[in-house]
Order: sequence, then structure tokens, then C-alpha cells
Amino acid sequence: MDKMPKWADVVLIPLISVVLALLVSGLVVAIIGESPLRAMQIMVRGAFGSAYGWGYTLYYATNFIFTGLAVAVAFHARLFNIGGEGQAALGGLGVAVILLAVDWPHWSLALAAAMGFAMLFAAAWAALPAYLQAKRGSHIVITTIMFNYIASALLVYLLVNVFRVEGSMSPESARFAENTHLPGGGDFAGFLGFSATTPLNISIFLALIACVLVWLLIWRTRLGYEIRAFGQSETAAVYAGINPFKIIMITMLISGALAGMMAINVVMGEAERLVLDFTEGAGFVGIAVALMGRSHPVGVVLAALLFGALYQGGAELQFEMPAISREMIVVIQALVILFTGALDNMVRMPVQKLFLALKRRRDHAARPTPEA
Amino acid sequence: MTDAPAIELRGISKAFGPVQANKDIAMSVARGTIHGIVGENGAGKSTLMSILYGFYKADAGEIFINGKATAIPDSQAAIRAGIGMVHQHFKLVENFTVLENVILGAEDGALLRPSIAKARRLLTELSKEYGLKVDPDAIIEDLSVGHQQRVEILKQLYRHADILILDEPTGVLTPAEADQLFRILERLRAEGKTIILITHKLREIMEITDTVSVMRRGEMTNTVKTADTSPAELAEMMVGRKVLLQVDKTQAQPGEVVLSVRDLRVTHGGVARLKGVSFDIRRGEIFGIAGVAGNGQTELLEVLGGMMAATGGSVSLFGAPLPVTGPDANGQARRAQGIGHVPEDRQTEGLIMAFEAWENVAFGYHRDPKYNSGPLMDNTAIRADCADKMARYDVRPPNPRLPARNFSGGNQQKIVVAREMDRAPDLLLVGQPTRGVDIGAIEFIHKQIIALRDQGKAILLVSVELDEIMGLSDRIAVMFDGQIMGERLPQDTDQNALGLLMAGVTEGAA
Repeated sequence: MDKMPKWADVVLIPLISVVLALLVSGLVVAIIGESPLRAMQIMVRGAFGSAYGWGYTLYYATNFIFTGLAVAVAFHARLFNIGGEGQAALGGLGVAVILLAVDWPHWSLALAAAMGFAMLFAAAWAALPAYLQAKRGSHIVITTIMFNYIASALLVYLLVNVFRVEGSMSPESARFAENTHLPGGGDFAGFLGFSATTPLNISIFLALIACVLVWLLIWRTRLGYEIRAFGQSETAAVYAGINPFKIIMITMLISGALAGMMAINVVMGEAERLVLDFTEGAGFVGIAVALMGRSHPVGVVLAALLFGALYQGGAELQFEMPAISREMIVVIQALVILFTGALDNMVRMPVQKLFLALKRRRDHAARPTPEA
Repeated sequence: MTDAPAIELRGISKAFGPVQANKDIAMSVARGTIHGIVGENGAGKSTLMSILYGFYKADAGEIFINGKATAIPDSQAAIRAGIGMVHQHFKLVENFTVLENVILGAEDGALLRPSIAKARRLLTELSKEYGLKVDPDAIIEDLSVGHQQRVEILKQLYRHADILILDEPTGVLTPAEADQLFRILERLRAEGKTIILITHKLREIMEITDTVSVMRRGEMTNTVKTADTSPAELAEMMVGRKVLLQVDKTQAQPGEVVLSVRDLRVTHGGVARLKGVSFDIRRGEIFGIAGVAGNGQTELLEVLGGMMAATGGSVSLFGAPLPVTGPDANGQARRAQGIGHVPEDRQTEGLIMAFEAWENVAFGYHRDPKYNSGPLMDNTAIRADCADKMARYDVRPPNPRLPARNFSGGNQQKIVVAREMDRAPDLLLVGQPTRGVDIGAIEFIHKQIIALRDQGKAILLVSVELDEIMGLSDRIAVMFDGQIMGERLPQDTDQNALGLLMAGVTEGAA
């Protein structure tokens, strides 16, 4: 017997959590003496009020879809991949290497090659923690976190000593050739008012395709079936002849590759060169996105959109209400993560009780009353 | 003391969400008696006892202890009321001594020394009084299961328990240890203690209890004097219809050798679990392995099922070697070679509890071409196959979309049995096929196993239930400490003889 309908689990509970988080955020805004209503208005308008706002919101959401999917795929095998940040950084390195090394005749060929390299580099970065987990039992949470730091240090070294353009003071690579620039929002959706002023690019379609592929993988293929079975019970998986080593390795390679795809959006699509710390925490936001999206691609898209809006609306808020600092925005984002991720049961239990009570009353009413 | 019953329950009801676990239960147990409670899984026995011990709060009803209405909001209150509980899975600290375990939670002050001295004195007295002999300074993990259980009982007596609740106490004991436990219970009864015994073994009820209550679907349907009833009658009361307690089967017609195991050895975690096991199983016979849990049966099944690597010995199937180590020794390869496996633990091995029934029907066979179309799994085909199996194996409710955890134990087991047996494997490995399964389902599963034997298949049956081994097997081997102590024919042996072998006693030594 199900405790509550599926829509309540997928839509209602996250919605209540977000509303609670926003209420508490409003309280915080009120405490520092600003109007929560006005702040809310600015955020919503900033994120969705114009094609410009939408452009940024969707651009951020694209990042979060990739990193969210990365975490979600690993979650299905009960692997907590916190290394999205480092894997994405390596993905960026892969993009830069191939785009700078070859003179590409057309962006589509460059895109295919960049995707291959981004996924290859990022998956390789995930492979080592995966191997340590599968063979040595070193906990993947610890190793992937440590690999984030190694990746960050590696990129600093490479950008300063290898990629930096002669004579330049900033730690970034040379700009990629004009031929490799991806079509932006203005090119494919100019009729909707998008223009080149936003970083939105065709990567968003790649993200949506990735969602469909992940859905197919997890719920329609034998590999996905094995990943889910392994995630639910390793002993049962062994009983069924599923090789835990293989599943851990493959799952983490896929997860890493998805995180690496984020670099297509940022490095190839937006910056058009490799810059320091281009991931800007998107790897970590991916964890919240996957949690909130219940590791389902549709949930991931919705959660990514929410966090994209929070990023973009937050930036606007900071601009229009100087009393609200950058840190305040982080607080608001953190509250959303706290309520949707960590405090999930706080909302879930009462809602479940409510549905059970409703169900009981309905069953009661449905029972034929004995004739008097 | 008055004549008031030690325990009286009136109108106890408890619901978990939509499930009514206990419905208006009334029960009265006289002081100084042993009262049995029988019922199928999910009949509400555990819920009732949890209410009595303060783990759950009843929705309605009253509890009277020695005639006095008593509220039991938590286990502390239960202990104060003189109720002690011995759980099925012991709650002992493995690396503490007996004394330390006994005083745990009942220390008198901040310093341990005086408590330990007092406990040592009391323990000596208790041991003498009830024949509960245990070395007070022994470390728990060094004790046998039977002795660990004595520590649990001593723990309760140390807390001045007058009413003892024992939940399936003989599940882990050899027949000899169970006998000793019953002698202890009789002593306790003679001293005026009241004992509630929860069990599914009707033989034990008949042997030791004074009165017995039967629970079915949350209700207490009957309470009778044990002397006035019979196992068949009790079984009928539990299930609500007549059941066959004896398995009907014809003489086996053994054919060629299917499985041949030679000197199989397993060392796991530095401990030798299998110390050279050899046997053959032929077509059309059921080879039963009896033994107390934890004597190597699990490892034997896991090696044969491809879940664990052996460290020595060899296995052959129809004369061809079957790998017991390396990448080819896995569950997929075994299934491809026609070996079915009903594992000992359906909840952690045989099923993915969160998966829906249809997903579980493909589990282990998910690479079978008939469940796939191209790169994708053919979910429609799997669901259809699941619905078909559910109908033929009487799985209730017959809903392929229900998660496995929402089925009762018996129906979960039927899903596993349907999946593993419906392909008529040449060799079927079966571990504890009816553990935690209701009587109706036991009857069904036993019939399926015999039907498979009659099709000329070889069956390896591992069970800790001697009745099951005796009833189904055509040949019986007894395992003790990783070795086969001896082989017997069921018609030439009895429970006592097998019980001795299970305790590691061979004729030569006896």
C-alpha cells in the first residue's frame, strides 16, 4: 500500500520545502531591515522577467542539469559522488586541450571533439576514486572531495605555467578560434527575444538530451537495472551475478562524464577560453539538485531551473539592494538546500500522515453503511 | 499474593496506518504457568508483545499486571512492572563478560566495582536456583548460542522479572540446547515465574506450555488448554482451514549424478567455514543438509550459487568442472548452466525490496533474451511474465506493480520460488525455503520442491528446521563446524540422532 500518491512525493513535498525555505529567507531579509516582498519581487523579475533574465537562468540551469545528472546517476548505485566540481574542472581542461591543439573548420566538429575530450578527461578523474572504492573500499565521499582539491591545484598550475598566454597577467588560456564558437541564444531563439548579451548557448539542448539518455539508461537498459539493483542491495546484486566492481567503475565513469559536460556550456559556450575556477561551485549545487530532484531526470531539470533562477535572481538582488550582500544570496541558496535535502523528513512525515488520514476517511465513507 | 492473573489484557487494539495489527485482544495468563502464543507471520504476535513491553503504545485497551491496571509507556516501565523480554536476536555486548552484560543498564552507581560484586553474588544464587549455569567471567563471544541465551534470561531475572517473554527462543538452538532451555523454563515455572512463549513450532507448544493462544490476522481467535488440543487442530486454527503438516511424496527414483562436490573448502575473514565437504546429488532426489545455523551451510550455498569463492576443492556439474573461483564463478554463469538458487535470505539476497514485483521476477535473469528487445529491456514482456507467474504460483495480491516489500513473507518467497523454479533448473539450490513463511505457503512451496524432484531434477535443500529436512529429503547430511558429520536416510533416523550429529557428536565419541 502506498503511503501517498506519486505526485505528492515528486511535486508537493519539494514545493512545500521551497516555500518554507523562502519564508525563512524572507525572515532573514526582514531582520537586516529590508522588505522581503520587494526582495522576492526583484529575484523573480531578475530571473524570469525578461529574455535577458531567462537567458542567464537557463545558462545556469544547463550547468546544474549536467552536474545534477552526474550526482543522480551515482546515487542510483548508492555512490555519493561529491567530486563533480573536480571532474568538471578536468572536463574543461579536456575542452581547452582539443580546441587549442587543432584548427577546427566548423563548430559542429569542434563540439563533437570537445564533448569527447570533456567526457574522457572528467571520467578519468572519476575513475581513480571509483577504483579505490571498488577495490580498496576507500570511501568515495572522501576520495572525490580530495580529488576536487587536486583538480583545482592542477588547473592553477597548468593555467599559470602551461596555458597562460605569453605576457598576460591573468591565469587563463588563449581564446579559442572563432570557428569553434557555439551558436548562442540569439542565433537559435532570437525570435523569443534572446540575444548575444546572455551566455545561453546550444549546450542547453545537449543537457536536455542527456536527461533523456539518463532516463533511458536508468529505467530501460540492463545496465541501469543492474545499477539500481546494486544501489539497493549489494548482497542481492552478487546473488544475481552482478559484478560490484564493474558497476562501481561504470557508474562513476558515466557520472564523471556527465559532470565534465558542464565544461561545454561554460568553457566552450560562454568563456571561449579556459579560466580559473570556471565551475563556480556548480559541482556542489549538483548535489542539491539531485537530492531535490529525487535523482530523476525530470526532477533534476526542475530543480536545476530553480537553482538557475536563484543564481540569476540573486545576482540581480545584489545589484538592486546593496544591503543584501553576496553572502546573503548564499544564505538563501543554502536554506533551499537545507530544506529540500537535509530536512526532507520534516515535511514528508506530516504530509504522509495527512494523506493516510484522508485515505482512511475516504475508505470509511466508501464502506456501505448498514441499514437501520 | 492474590489469585489475580499475572497478565491480563483487555481490548488491546493497534493500527499502523491502514493495517490493523491488533484488534480487540483479550488474554489472561495465570501466575506460574507457561503460555504459548502461536500464529502465522504478520498475525500480530510481535506487535502484541511490543505493546506489553512498552515499545508501542496501544490505540485502545488496558493492561493489568497482577490484577492492577498498569500503564506501560516504555520498556523502563515494563521492567518496573516485572516484565522481562528475551528477544529472538540477543541484545548482548559481544566483547563484554557475562557479568558486565548482566549489569548493563542496571548499574547501581558511578563505580562499577560494587555493582559487579553484587551481581556476582546474585548471579551465583540465580544460577543455583534455576539451573542456569554460566561462567560469570566468560566473554560473550566465546559462549555458545545456548549459553548466550541463558545470559539473556539471567539479565531479566537480575532485573527482578516475574514475567518472561521469549520470542522464538529455539530458532538458533540445537534440539539438545532447546531441551535444556525447556528444563530451565520448567524450573522457572516451578518457582512461580510466568512465561509467555512465542513460537511457530507447534511441537514446542505441545511439549512445554500449559495454555496456548492462537492469533490470526490481528485477532486472538482461540485460547485453549494445551492438553485439550493437537498440532493439527492448532494449525487449522492458525490458518483458518485444514492443512497438511506431513508432506506427501513418493519414493525417490535417483538417476545419474548431477552435482558432485569434492573436498570443498572456504576460508572467509580468516576463519575456516568449510573444512572439506564432499557429496553427490543425483537426478530426482532431494539432498537435505541439516544443522544449526552458522555451521557452514550458508557458505556452501554461496559457493555453489557463485556468490563466494572457494579456497579449495572442486565441484562438477554433469561431470564437467564447475569453477568455484575466478570471474566465471558468478551468479550469471550459474544460471546459464541451469542452476536455480532460492537463497537463504529473501530480503537481502533474493529480492530487491524496493523493486516492484515484475522487476524482481527478472532479477538474475535480466539478461535473458526473452526479457529484452535490442539494447533495452522489454518491460511489457517482463510484466506479462510476472502476471503469469503470480497467477500460477498463487502470489497475493497478484499485482506486478507492487514493490516487493509490500508483500507478506510467504508471498515474497513465492515470487522467488516462481522465478527460480519455473525454469525447471537441472540443479536447484534451496536455503531455508520456508523461514518466516506462513503455513499455507509452506505447504505450497514444499509441493513445488517435490514436483521439481519428480521431474528428475536434483535439489540441494539447506534448512535449520529439522521437520522440514525430515519431511522433504531423500538423503540427509548433517553439517557441524564446516564438515559433514554423517549421512542418513530419513526412514532410518530420527530427530534425536540427527540432533546429536548437529551438536558435533558422532557415534564413535558418544
